[in-house]
Order: sequence, then structure tokens, then C-alpha cells
Amino acid sequence: MTILLIAVAILIGSGVATLVVCGNTRLTTLFGAGGILIGSVVGLMPSVASLLDGKVESFEFPWRIPGGSLHVQIDPLSAFFLIPVLALSALAAVYGSDYLRSYSSTKRIAPHWFFLSIFVASMVLVVVARNAVLFLVAWEVMSICAFFLVTFEHEKREVRVAGWIYLVATHLGAAFLLAMFLLLGRHANSLDFDLFGVAGSLSPAVCGIVFVLALIGFGAKAGFVPMHVWLPEAHPAAPSHVSALMSGVMIKIGIYGILRTMTFLGHPAQWWGPTLVAIGLTGGLLGISLALVQRDLKRALAYSSIENIGLITLALGVGLWGITSGHTIVAVLGLTGGMLHIWNHSLMKGLMFLCSGSVLHGAGSKNLERLGGLLKRMPRTGVTMVVGALAIAAVPPLNGFVSEWLIYMAMLHGGLEFTGVNRIVLLFAVGGLALIGGLALICFVRLIGITLLGEGRCDQARHAHESAGWMTAPLVILALLCVAFAVVPGILVAAISNPIHQVFGLSTDMALPSLTTLGTLNIVVWISIGAVALLLLIMQKRSKLVAGSTWGCGYIAPTPRMQYTGQSFSEFVVSRLFPRSLRPKTSVTIPQGLFPVEASLSAEYNDPLSRSIYRPFFDRWAGRLAQLRWVQQGKIHYYLLYFVVVLLLAFFWLTFRKWVLS
Amino acid sequence: MLISQIIVHVVLLLVMPPLLLGVIGKTKALFGGRVGPPLFQAFFDLIKLFQKGSVISSTTTWVFRAGPVVGLATAILAGLFIPFGGHASPVSFSGDLILFAYLFALGRFFTASAALDTGSAFEGMGAAREVTFSCLAEPALFFGFLVLAKLSGSLSLTAMLDGPMPNSWGAAGASLVLVAASLFIVLLVENSRIPFDDPNTHLELTMIHEVMVLDHSGPALGMILYGAAMKLFVMCALLLRIVAPFDSGNIWVDWGIFAVGMLALAMVIGVVESIMARFKLTFVPTFLVAACLLSAFGIILLLR
Repeated sequence: MTILLIAVAILIGSGVATLVVCGNTRLTTLFGAGGILIGSVVGLMPSVASLLDGKVESFEFPWRIPGGSLHVQIDPLSAFFLIPVLALSALAAVYGSDYLRSYSSTKRIAPHWFFLSIFVASMVLVVVARNAVLFLVAWEVMSICAFFLVTFEHEKREVRVAGWIYLVATHLGAAFLLAMFLLLGRHANSLDFDLFGVAGSLSPAVCGIVFVLALIGFGAKAGFVPMHVWLPEAHPAAPSHVSALMSGVMIKIGIYGILRTMTFLGHPAQWWGPTLVAIGLTGGLLGISLALVQRDLKRALAYSSIENIGLITLALGVGLWGITSGHTIVAVLGLTGGMLHIWNHSLMKGLMFLCSGSVLHGAGSKNLERLGGLLKRMPRTGVTMVVGALAIAAVPPLNGFVSEWLIYMAMLHGGLEFTGVNRIVLLFAVGGLALIGGLALICFVRLIGITLLGEGRCDQARHAHESAGWMTAPLVILALLCVAFAVVPGILVAAISNPIHQVFGLSTDMALPSLTTLGTLNIVVWISIGAVALLLLIMQKRSKLVAGSTWGCGYIAPTPRMQYTGQSFSEFVVSRLFPRSLRPKTSVTIPQGLFPVEASLSAEYNDPLSRSIYRPFFDRWAGRLAQLRWVQQGKIHYYLLYFVVVLLLAFFWLTFRKWVLS
Repeated sequence: MLISQIIVHVVLLLVMPPLLLGVIGKTKALFGGRVGPPLFQAFFDLIKLFQKGSVISSTTTWVFRAGPVVGLATAILAGLFIPFGGHASPVSFSGDLILFAYLFALGRFFTASAALDTGSAFEGMGAAREVTFSCLAEPALFFGFLVLAKLSGSLSLTAMLDGPMPNSWGAAGASLVLVAASLFIVLLVENSRIPFDDPNTHLELTMIHEVMVLDHSGPALGMILYGAAMKLFVMCALLLRIVAPFDSGNIWVDWGIFAVGMLALAMVIGVVESIMARFKLTFVPTFLVAACLLSAFGIILLLR
């Protein structure tokens, strides 16, 4: 625990140090990136130890805030989340040191490094906090740092709007968390997590309310539908290493919150599992469908994060369902799959966002319709991005497939062993999962096909350059981890057995034998692909190899503009399968007459929920609340008057409360 | 499982697929009143292609070459999970049905990416169609598997298709008819057969699978043809075990029954290709949804 607190101190200290040396760009970068790197590596050691040994260490220090105490603790569940947080932060910091270089002439980067260090430190604190006040403070610091990180390029209007949407969403979520902790605190008579733990005394109704509050409050951070609207705005606006951290680990902190809350609530209720399954399936289907139509690379990745959070929720839901219905195998497979997917998704989404940053850096755009042919110009970014896409599309032999396989297995076992309506629901959910898998394949073939393959669609893309080693090294590390995770799933699941046992009281041993088989088969897939590739190379070597141009059906002057675009690639599935509300809103002016002059096409890619629900709602209320503006006079004596009035009201209420109530 | 059985399985998997193409071709020729190409024409084509030189577009990267390679490798691997006839498959574990389905997804990922790698609008179009259809075929396949899993109480393909299959027809014939129909649709779509796609069409705009591989030549094209034949073979083997689950008791007679059954199924496909016209492209998703619903209804019949 002491070592972890030292790591937090290093993170905070380096953040402050960057502000001290803010004039010198090189020193700022050195302190910022170096501090996060060292702090993360230092923090990883106790985390790994706690995860593997199952040790619990705490540290408590009184704090002069009512109900608050500096109570921190590292246990397997915290360690499980600390590891991706710290590992990805270290890589993102290394990447960021080079990524920000192009901005250093026009912007001050010291505040960015400051907020990044504090952001990482606050994520660590959220995960180890064991007191509601400390937790909420760390939570707020984390959210606000993320806001400043997102609005790095605040001179752009869309970035400011994105930051604003994020801030509103995260604070609405925080309000529910506040309510949840107050409710828990009232029943436990303390704001300490340890005393929430003995809340076996909580009545089922209170447990249910707490669970719903947690789902809304933490779900807003995790990106549950319908609270997901901030993700596709904030991720594209943020610098890429920040998007990687937000999508790779910050949204998982929301999942952490839900799991931590479950440890307070004792045995799960019957309806929790099905509720999570419903949330997960909705998120998965909606997320991947919308990812499919985006033309902004990072927006598409943000929607894919919504999908993956959906998959994690689905898996946890199936696991809980297994627990409440007494089918241990379903529970073990589902929970293991969900937990493993948390790690896997951190790796692959971190990788994809860092790749997209490298693309933006090298080709100057993240608009799919302007990219193309980057695999040739940026080989390291390209290859690692292909690996990331394969992993997210959940095809063997990569890590995404392993966790998805576990989720499938949980649902199939559930479908076979459950009874009554439960069984039918799960069986049809299998179809939903298969559809999500199919759509994810379309989405990621499209992303890499349009970005990396073919010919560049604009001059900048045709003259793109590979990023420097500091940016590509993290990509290579992440891609190698994606490969390695798929080969040794048995070892990984053994490593994460402690947190699963801690939260749900289950042993993961049951999932191990078939996982080892799966890992071996992943190696077999690699070997057989290698063998067939060798065969092709030998055959091609023996015969003549001529370089030509692509078959153009007889047309001799093809241009890159004639290629299939991202929009045309998804047009078929969008127009045939998707309901109208999910399609991009297009307006077309069709050319008319013999000598047409005017023709135009414009498409809006807003989130359908924010377009049809949130925006009208907020617009209406903004109008109404504007009528209260006269309260804000901007003169100090009015505000003093407000104070006095409120104090007087409070005084009267305290004095005459008994009299009024009786 | 005997080592000799594994050898027979692998040899059949590697050698027999092109023969199915020959049988389909002969059947179609018979219906058309032609002599048609020899039964072993696909073998001749493959041998010739494997020796030929190739033209590779200068637009392409390694992904273009990975398309045929991964397509073939995944088809071979998938073939190792399906039991042929009444025999256990060489590789089998609980949950292999998911790996089976996702191996094809891996192959598709690279075939479609290879198509986009050429930068040709035609091939991009083919890739878009292929992935769209497959995303609907996947739930249909999974629903079909679910019925089989429910009947056998197991999640490995060998156990699902081997032991209880003959008895299942008595217990749940209606469900199995629905699943067989659904899988037949999936088989025709995934292997680009009439009435959903025409492997022999001559116009790029109307193609689905063929247009994706326009730019491949020589050994790479050979691998694509071979991989496609093998995919057809593997899916036929799956369907055959459902519609004709005969066990004679003698393992060698069973191999014979399997081989004859496969040729008969190829003839059925040939007949379907001969007597039907191609559907409009936009109808294909409708049929795939129908296939999903058929299998789903099969599940409901089982659970009632």
C-alpha cells in the first residue's frame, strides 16, 4: 500500500512540477511523461502482487471533513482495475510526449501534462478509496481533469461543445452517485465502505434502489445506453492518447463502481442479471450499428467502445443470472468472460485510439473519406491497427475472441440449463450476440479497409509519413499483448480468479481446461496461416510475378476518387437492415433539367438519441430556465441578500420544525 | 479415435472438395443438355493455376496476399471440427462450434480486406455485400447450432452431430426440418450459389463473391478456388449429417455412405442451381432473415 501511495505522490508531484517549469517545453514533457511513466511502473508492482496473492492492505488517516477519512485499501478487485489503468497510462504518456510535439509551438502544454498526471492519480485513488467522501472527491477530480484534457484544443468550437456535453453528462451521473452514497451511509450510519459491507441488513427494496442508482450513476461514466451520448462527442475531440485512456480505462472505472457496489449489497437479486443483460444487448447492438455509419475514425471507435461496454455488461449480467438461478457454470463463464473482456478491451481500444492518433498525425485527417493507402506509407501503425481491428472484431486467434468465446459459452450453457422463460430469453440473446459479432466484422473491415488499404483519397494521405518511434513503440507493445493474451488465456484467468472470488465468491477453475485448449488452438491457427502463407510464397517464387494495375473493367484512367468510400461500404447494410432512426440524416439536392447546375448532398452523423430526445429536451428547458435570469444581477449586495434570506429560512425551519410537523 | 480415421478425415477434406464442384457442374450440364466439363475439371484448374505466374496490382499490400492464405487456412481448420459421417472429428472440445463459426469470420475479414486493398470500386462493392450477408447468416447458423446443442445436451460439434442424431429425428423431427432448411439457405448464400449469387456470372456489377477476387491470379487464385470449394464441402458435411444421420455400424461402410451422401448433396445443389433463377440482390437479406426465423422457430418448437 505504501508503494502505491508513493506512486500517487510521484504522479501528483510530477504534475505540479510541469507547472513550475512550464516555460521550457522539453523539461515539461520530461517531467510530465517521465513522472507518469515512473509513477505507473512503481504503482504496478503492488497491484500485481495484490492481484496474484489476494492480499488486502489498507491505510487510514483521519480527515477533518464530516464523514470523511483518508481510508484507502488495495484488494484484488482494486488491483484488477489498477493494472490496466497504470499500464495504459504509462504507454499513453510515452506516446503523448511525441504526439504533443506538433502543438508545442502554438500551445502551452504544461497544463495538459498537469491534468494528465492528476487524471491518472485520481483514477488510482477512485479505485483504492474506501470512504464515500474520498471516493466522490477523487471521482470529481477525475471527471474534471478529463474535461480539461478533452478541451485541449479549446479554440475549436466543436471541441468546446464536446467538453460541455461531457461535463453535463458526468455531473448528472455524479448526482446519482451522491444520492446512492447518502442512502447507503444513512443505513450504515457511516460513510466508510467497510461498514457498507455489513449491509446484509439492508432490505431488498433499499438494495434495489441502490443498485438502480449505481447503474445510472456509474453507467453514465461507463457509457450505458441511453447515457452514452457524451462518448462519441468527447473521444474525437480529445487528443488521441487521452481518448485511449478515457476509452481504455476511464469508462471501465464505471464498471468498477458497479462491481464495488455489489460487494456492499450481498447476494444479487433475481432481476439484476436480466436487467444487465438487457442493458448490455441494447448497448452492444446500438453501439456497433452506429459505429458502422460514422465517417470520423475516432467517433466510430467511440461507438465501438459503447458496444464493448455492452458486451461486458451482458457478460456480467449472464453471470449474475447464473448465480441467482444456481447454475454455477453459467455464472463462472459469464463473469470470467466479462472480467477478461475488461482487460482485453483496454488493450485493443487503447491500441486503436493510439493508432488513430498516429493516422491523424501522419495523414492529417481522421475523416475516413480522405484517408486510404496508409498501410504502405505507415507500416508500423498500419500493421498494429490491423491487429487491433482483428482483436475488436473478435476473430480468432486474437484476445477479443477469447473473451467473446467465454460470453458465448456462458449464454449457451444458460440456454441449455435454465428453465422456462429465462431459457428462451438467453437463447435469443445468443442470436443478438451473433448479430453484434457480424456487425463488428463489417465495422472493422470498413475501418481498416478504407483507412489503410487502397489508394490515398487526398494528397495529404498520399504523402503521409510514419510517426516517430516514441509513438509507434506503445502501439507495438499493445499489439503484441493482444496476441499474447490470446495464446495464454488459461494463465490470465488464473490471474484474475482472485477478484472474481472476492466479489462473487466463485472459483474460476471450471473455465480453465477448455480455455487452455482454446489458447493452444489459437497457436494452431497462427501456425497454419503461416504454413499456407509459406506455400503461397514458394509457389509464387517458382513462377513469374508481374506488377500491374488494378483491373478497372477496361477503363484506363482510374483515379483514387473512384474507390469505394466508407459511406458506400456501409450503405448496403444501413439501408437494408437499420431502422430509419439509426441512419445518418441526409439531405439531397438532385440535379434537374437538361443542364443541371446545382447538386448537393449533406449528411449529419449526430447520435440519434441526442438528436431526437436530449437536444429537444435541453433546448426546451434552457428556454424556460432563461426566465429565471433576473436572479443573477451580477451585483454583490444582491448575492449577500440571498445569503441572508437562505440563512433566515434555515433558522426558521430549525426553530419551528417540530411545531410545523406536528 | 484411431489414427487411421484421422488420416481418412484429413485426406477426404483435402481431396474431395473440388470433386463437389465437378458434380455440380455435371448436374447443371445435364439439365442444360450439354456434355459439360469433365468431373475432375476443378482439379485440372487448380493444378494449372498453382503453376501459373501472377499479376499483382501495384496498389496492394501484404493484406492482398493474406486474403487467399487466410481463407484457405481457416477453411481447412474449420473442416477439422466437423465430424464426417458418423465419425468423431479430429479436433473436438466443448465450445468448438463458436470457434468453427468465427474461423469463417476470420477468413471473411481477410478476403474482404484483400478486396478493398486493390482500390477497385467493384471489389469494394463485393466486399460490402459479402460482409453484409454474412452478418445475417451468423445468427441463423447459431440458432441452428442451438437446436442441435439442445437435442444433444452438448456444446461440441462432434457430440452434437454424432451420437444422438438418428434418435433426434424421432424426438424433434419438425425442429430438425426447420434447421436443415435454414442451414441450406445459409450454405447457398455463404458459398455464393444460385439463387443468391452466381459463380459463373460475367458482369462484375451483379457478382458478390467473385467480384471480390477479380484481381487475384495464379497460385493465389488457385488457393481462393480451393478454399471456396473446401468451405462448400465443410458446410455440406454439416448439413448432410443432419438430413441423413445413418450409421451402419461398420466404420468403413460409414465413410462410404458419407462420400456418396456428399456427392448426392452436390447434385441437389446442382439441381437447385439449374431450375432456379437468381433472386434480386436486395431479396437476399430477406431470405437470410427468413433463415434466422426458421431456426429460431425450431428452437421454440423444442422448448414448448
